[in-house]
Amino acid sequence: MGYSGLSIIKDGVFGGKGRKPLWRDPAPKSRYDAIIIGGGGHGLATAYYLAREHGLTNIAVLEKGHIGSGNIGRNTTIVRANYFLPGNQEFYSHSLKLWEGMSQALNYNVMLSQRGVISLFHSDGQRDAFVRRGNAMINHGDDAILLDREGVRAHLPYLDFDTARFPIYGGLYHPRGGTARHDAVAWGYARAADQRGVDLIQNCEVTGIDIENGAVTGVQTTRGAIKARKVAIVTAGRSGQVAALAGMRLPVESHVLQAFVTEGLKPVIDHVVSFGMGHFYISQSDKGGLVFGGDLDFYASYAARGNLPMAEHVMEAAMTLMPMIGKARVLRSWGGIMDMTPDGSAIIDTTPTQGLFVDCGWCYGGFKAVPASGFALAHLMATGQPHATAAKFRLDRFRTGVGLMDEEGTGAQHNLH
Amino acid sequence: MRIECPYCGERDRREFYYMGDAVALDRPAVDAGAQAWDDYLHNRDNPAGSVRDLWYHEAGCGAWIVVSRDTLTHAVQGSVLAAEAAR
Repeated sequence: MGYSGLSIIKDGVFGGKGRKPLWRDPAPKSRYDAIIIGGGGHGLATAYYLAREHGLTNIAVLEKGHIGSGNIGRNTTIVRANYFLPGNQEFYSHSLKLWEGMSQALNYNVMLSQRGVISLFHSDGQRDAFVRRGNAMINHGDDAILLDREGVRAHLPYLDFDTARFPIYGGLYHPRGGTARHDAVAWGYARAADQRGVDLIQNCEVTGIDIENGAVTGVQTTRGAIKARKVAIVTAGRSGQVAALAGMRLPVESHVLQAFVTEGLKPVIDHVVSFGMGHFYISQSDKGGLVFGGDLDFYASYAARGNLPMAEHVMEAAMTLMPMIGKARVLRSWGGIMDMTPDGSAIIDTTPTQGLFVDCGWCYGGFKAVPASGFALAHLMATGQPHATAAKFRLDRFRTGVGLMDEEGTGAQHNLH
Repeated sequence: MRIECPYCGERDRREFYYMGDAVALDRPAVDAGAQAWDDYLHNRDNPAGSVRDLWYHEAGCGAWIVVSRDTLTHAVQGSVLAAEAAR
């Protein structure tokens, strides 16, 4: 049943009686046309676009835990298309357009809130860099507005503009950026894929990848063997372990990235704001909690929690930028497992094994990429050709050195991103 | 996380700079070929569990050390000087 104004009224009148689970809970079949390993945002989106764009419905998503239990359910929910380099630019631009139509396409409210992203700068040099970035965004058809100090003040009057150490010079305003409800994205894609016949198989861990004569033939799982000629690894921070099942090593090191949430407050922060002189960005959730984070802890980790030095840095940066935040109490913090590549950009590509695909290396930006990543991987799996928006996300760019996308300009080396 | 330095003992993580997997000590020969260099520079086992990684005691004695660490628990098992590990 589709959701509509009428369905909501009915649901209210009958007190929610007769509600059904949003997707089936099927047992795995012995054979599929394609298997997606990983029931997170990217995997579910891939399944949805395989069904919708390419008519492939005899497919399964295999999820070790439950749908949406990984990074898609524990991130800071920011959506933006303010990238600078060719490769990233067309991809995230496409992604933001898919975000804008997502609730309608999925018939599921993902609560996209285009509240605007303001990236602050604090020096002449930083202003030049942001002018250049903004021009690149505009040239590419996205939106960017350069705000001077007073322009920032009109949007964000609560910032400390006169801090002697890091005075605010201005900001790059990206009005179409914003936030979305992260769980709803997973649930919406899961429901829409299921409605098109995709089997979402939960509590099904892949324990082996079967390869014969250089081609993939299926997977071994905790729920039995499943045959398929196309298998995609879409397992984010765990990409290394799953790739190892196919005898592959990836240019990925998994790191921890922390985030924090305060108690619920009345509306106070209307945008997504990022500090330019320390690792701190913030938005306010619809429930009222201030959601903020910083940078990686900078060491390989699967612990799903970080250490205090970065927590301290983030809090210090927050107090420097917006002293009012000192009144709020942090309710919880957590660490996500980030699949970091040497150049900080993603990989959507085929592998040396025929029929085996990888979609990984999302670093700390996987959430905003969900729709375009699913769209591009589905295109690659169905047609064998990369989608135009993701053609530069090649696995071999590190070996060849051609087409590296080092957005931060720090070098294509593991410990620098 | 506290990291053990062979010279200074157990110290705060803040004193150290992380360089990554200790594969950095196994530098291939100049003519080893693109695949060997790709493995050295980029490809990683990336295990969930025990790792050996390279840290620089930047705010301490300045030693490069190889730390044995568990990526699932952040437990640090010990360390040796990189100069000795490389032998």
